[in-house]
Amino acid sequence: MSNKKVFKLTVNGEEQEFLAEPRELLIHTLRERLGKTGPHIGCETSHCGACTVTLNGKSVKSCTVFVAQADGAEITTIEGLGNPDNLHVLQESFKEHHGLQCGFCTPGMITRASKLLEENPNPTEQEVRFGMAGNICRCTGYQNIVKSILAAAAEMNAAKEAAE
Amino acid sequence: MSVAKPLPHDSARGHVTGAARYVDDIPVPVGCLHLAFGLSEIAHGRVTEMDLSAVKSAPGVRLVLSPDNLIPMPDCSPSIHDEPLLGGPEVKYLGQPLFIVAATSHLAARRAARLAKVSYEKAPAILTIDDALAANSRFEDGPRIWARGDAEAAIASAPNMLEGQLEIGGQEHFYLEGQAAMALPQEGDDMLVHSSTQHPTEIQHKVAHALEVPMHAVRVETRRMGGGFGGKESQGNALAIACAMAARATGQPCKMRYDRDDDMMITGKRHDFRLGYRVGFDDDGRVQGIEFLHWARCGWAQDLSLPVADRAMLHADNAYWLPHVRIESHRMKTHTQSATAFRGFGGPQGMIGVERVMDHIAHHLGADPVEVRQRNYYSSEGSTTPYGQTVEDFELDGITEALLASSEYAARKQAVADWNAKNPVLKKGIGFSPVKFGISFTLTHLNQAGALVHVYQDGSIHMNHGGTEMGQGLFQKVSQVAASVFGVDPSVVKITATDTAKVPNTSATAASSGADLNGMAVKIACETLRTRIAEHLSEIHQADPATVQFADGQVRVGDRTISFSDAAKSAYEARISLSATGFYKTPKLAWDRIKGEGRPFFYFAYGAAVTEVVIDTLTGENRILRTDILHDAGNSLNPALDIGQVEGAYVQGAGWLTTEELVWDNDGRLRTHAPSTYKIPACSDRPDLFNVDLWNRENREETIYRSKAVGEPPFMLGISAFMALSDAVSACGDTYPDLQAPATAEQVLAAIGRAQR
Ligand code: FES
Ligand code: FES
Repeated sequence: MSNKKVFKLTVNGEEQEFLAEPRELLIHTLRERLGKTGPHIGCETSHCGACTVTLNGKSVKSCTVFVAQADGAEITTIEGLGNPDNLHVLQESFKEHHGLQCGFCTPGMITRASKLLEENPNPTEQEVRFGMAGNICRCTGYQNIVKSILAAAAEMNAAKEAAE
Repeated sequence: MSVAKPLPHDSARGHVTGAARYVDDIPVPVGCLHLAFGLSEIAHGRVTEMDLSAVKSAPGVRLVLSPDNLIPMPDCSPSIHDEPLLGGPEVKYLGQPLFIVAATSHLAARRAARLAKVSYEKAPAILTIDDALAANSRFEDGPRIWARGDAEAAIASAPNMLEGQLEIGGQEHFYLEGQAAMALPQEGDDMLVHSSTQHPTEIQHKVAHALEVPMHAVRVETRRMGGGFGGKESQGNALAIACAMAARATGQPCKMRYDRDDDMMITGKRHDFRLGYRVGFDDDGRVQGIEFLHWARCGWAQDLSLPVADRAMLHADNAYWLPHVRIESHRMKTHTQSATAFRGFGGPQGMIGVERVMDHIAHHLGADPVEVRQRNYYSSEGSTTPYGQTVEDFELDGITEALLASSEYAARKQAVADWNAKNPVLKKGIGFSPVKFGISFTLTHLNQAGALVHVYQDGSIHMNHGGTEMGQGLFQKVSQVAASVFGVDPSVVKITATDTAKVPNTSATAASSGADLNGMAVKIACETLRTRIAEHLSEIHQADPATVQFADGQVRVGDRTISFSDAAKSAYEARISLSATGFYKTPKLAWDRIKGEGRPFFYFAYGAAVTEVVIDTLTGENRILRTDILHDAGNSLNPALDIGQVEGAYVQGAGWLTTEELVWDNDGRLRTHAPSTYKIPACSDRPDLFNVDLWNRENREETIYRSKAVGEPPFMLGISAFMALSDAVSACGDTYPDLQAPATAEQVLAAIGRAQR
C-alpha cells in the first residue's frame, strides 16, 4: 500500500530529498529519517511543544504537520540554532540561568523562544509567559525559563545596539 | 571547594543543543523492532475470545505475544508478584495490556494493535472508594491503625469539636518523556537494556526473572530520564520486560515507547485519597485529640501502595504536636490503574489532612490561620511524633517568622480583606502552609548506596553510582562532591550513565534520597583513593600523609606542589590501585511499620509558603497572584539546582490541587488521558510574583556536607495555594466552605455555594 512520494525539505540549511508517505508526521521525518533527535516527542497531539521547530519562519509543532505540508519548506530545529561548541545566545542563557532540569522540553522551548524574540525583540515578562504558553515544562515551574529568555533578549538587544 | 556552588546542570550543554540523549534518541541497530501493547477495553471481566489474526498479518508485524505463547507469564510487580505482564483471561482494569505486537516501526506496531478482535464477558467493576468499601475490596486484611493516647476521650472532653471530610484527587506524572525501553540481545543469554527508569536494579531483577536467567546476565543502563517524579520507579518494568521477551523470541533488538495516551491509560498515578477527621481543641485552637481516617484508592495491583499509604500516615501530623491521636488507613483495591509512587509518596495526602484541620479550626474560632498553626507547632513541650520519633531539628519557628516578614504577610492579609470588602465579584485569599517531611526510605534496607570511582593515569576521574538522573541535578551535585574531595575542577570528573554492571543492588532514586545516599557513597570512594594517593606521595617525599593537601587541581606534599594529574601518574607507576568502591548506609534508623513505632527518618526537611490568589465568584476561575517560599535545604550542595527544585515542585504541587483533574467514567475509562483534557500548569499559570529563598542552616545530622534532601519536600508547599483558595472562598459567606481537591473552577464554585449557605 505504498503511496510514497518524493519530498524535499531544507533542514538547518541542508537540502534533503527522500521518499515518504505524505501523511508521515514531520516529527518522525526529522527524528527517524534525518536523525535530528533534538526535537522530542512529548504528546504527539500538539499540546506540549517538545517537538517545536521553525517552519518557513513560523513556530510549529512538528507532531501535527504532515511531511506533505512541509514539502519545499525551510525548517530549523534546535540543532540548527547552535551546537555544543558554539551556543546560540538563548542556549547559553538557558544553560547559565538554569532554564532546564530534565532537559526534555528544552529544545522545543528554545526553538520557540528564538521565534518569540524575533517577533518581539523586547518582550515584557508577561509577554514571554503568554508567548511560551504552548510549551509545557513539567520540571522547572517556568521561573528560570522566563528568566533565561528575558536575559537572552537583553543580551541580544545590547549586542544589536553595540553593532549600530 | 566546588560543593555549594550554583553550577549549571552537568548536561545543560547537551540539553540546550538537543544533543543529550534519551532512550528514544539512541540510534537503533538495524533490524530493531518496535513494540506496542494491545489494551483491554473493559475494567473488569474475562476475555472470552481474542482473535489476533488481523494483527499478525498487518504490514510490518513480526511477532505477536499473548498469554497463549508467553508461558510462564512474566510478572512486573515491584512488591508481591500480582502484576502479570499481560492480563487475560481475567481483566483487572481498562487499559490493561493484553498482548504485545512487535513490528518494523512504532506506528506499524500501534496500527496493528488496533486490529485485534477481543470479546469479553463483563463483570461488575469496583471503581471508586465507595465501591471498594461496599465490596470490602482491599489490600491487607484490614486497616492499619496507629495510635497514641486516647484520642476519642480527648476529643470528647475538649471545649470545641469539628469534623469533616476531604476528597483529594490523584495526579498524572506527565514526565515529559514518556516511558521507554530498549533491549539488545547479547552473546548467549545476555541482555542489555536501556531504560528510562528510576530503578535500574529493579528492571534488571524483573527482566532476569522473566528471561529465567541470573541477574548477572542482564545489564541495565540509564543515562537520564526526561522527568520521573516517581512515575518511573516501577512503571517502566512492563516495557523493559516486554522488550526483553520479544528480543529473546526474535533475536532482534526491541524497543518500546508508550504513546502519551497509552502511557496515561496504562500507568499508575498518584493515589487519590479520601480523608476524614475529627478534632477536639481548646479555645486557642490547640489540638487536644484528633482522629484521621485515610482511604487510599490503590487500583488493581499492590505496587507500592502500602508504603505510600504508610507515608501518608507518617505525615498526618505534619508540623504539629498531636497529644492524643489515632490514624486509621484503608488501602482499597479497585479496577483502575495501579496507583504508584509520585513525588511525596503519600506524604502530601497525609499532610493536607492536618492542614485542612488547621484551616477549619481557624475559621471556626475566627482566628488567624498562621497563629493557630504556630500554637500547634512542635516545641519542647511536645516534640514526639505520633510514631514516637523525637523531632530534634524543628526549624519551622524560625522559617515561619522570617517568611511572614519577607512576604509581608500581615499587611497583605489586611490588603486582601480591604479588597474583598470593596469587590463583590473578584475575591482574594491568602494562605500559609508549612512542611515537615521525613527523609529516608521507610523500608529501612533501601537506605544504602554504592559508588565506583576510577582515577586514570592522566588525572581524569570516572565516577559512577547507583542513583539516576531525571533532571534533579543529582549527577551535578555528586560530581561537585567528587571534585571537592580531590580538589579539582568538576570538569575533570566524568559523569557516567547508571549501570547495573558497575554498581550493583541499588535502590530506586526516590524518597528524595539520591544525593544523600549516593553523594556519601561517592565521597567515601573518593576519600579512599585520595588517602592512597596521599600515602604514596608522603612516602616519596617523607611527609606526614595527613598534611597532604588537594586543592585547585594541585597536590601539596610538604613544601612541594605537583599537579593532580602528575600525582595520579606517579601513583599509577608505583602500582597503587586507582579504583575504589564506596558504600554508605543511613545510620540511626529503626522502624516497625506494623506497630507504627520507631525512627523511620534520619532527619526532617522543612519549608513554608505564603500564596495569594484571586477567584472569580461567578465562574470559579482562579489564579495565583504571588507566592513566597522559604525552604530548608540544609547546607545546599548547589543552591541554583535546589531553588529550581523548589520552584518546580511548588508549581507541580499547586497543579495537583488546582487544575490537574483525573476523571474516570462509569465504565472505568480514564477520560483525561491526554494533555488536551488534563491540565498541567503552563508558563502563563505560574504565579505573577514568585519569591523563593533557601533557609541556609546546616543539617544537624551528618549528611553529605550537612545538606538536606530537596526533591520531594517543596512539593507540599503547593498546599498553601489550596489554603489561599479556601480563604478566598471564605470571603463569600460565613459557613466553612469545605473546599475539595483539586480546586477546579467547578469545585471553587461549589464551595462558594456552601460558604453562602
Ligand atoms: S509532541 Fe508535538 S506538541 Fe507534544
Ligand atoms: S526541564 Fe523537564 S520538562 Fe522542562
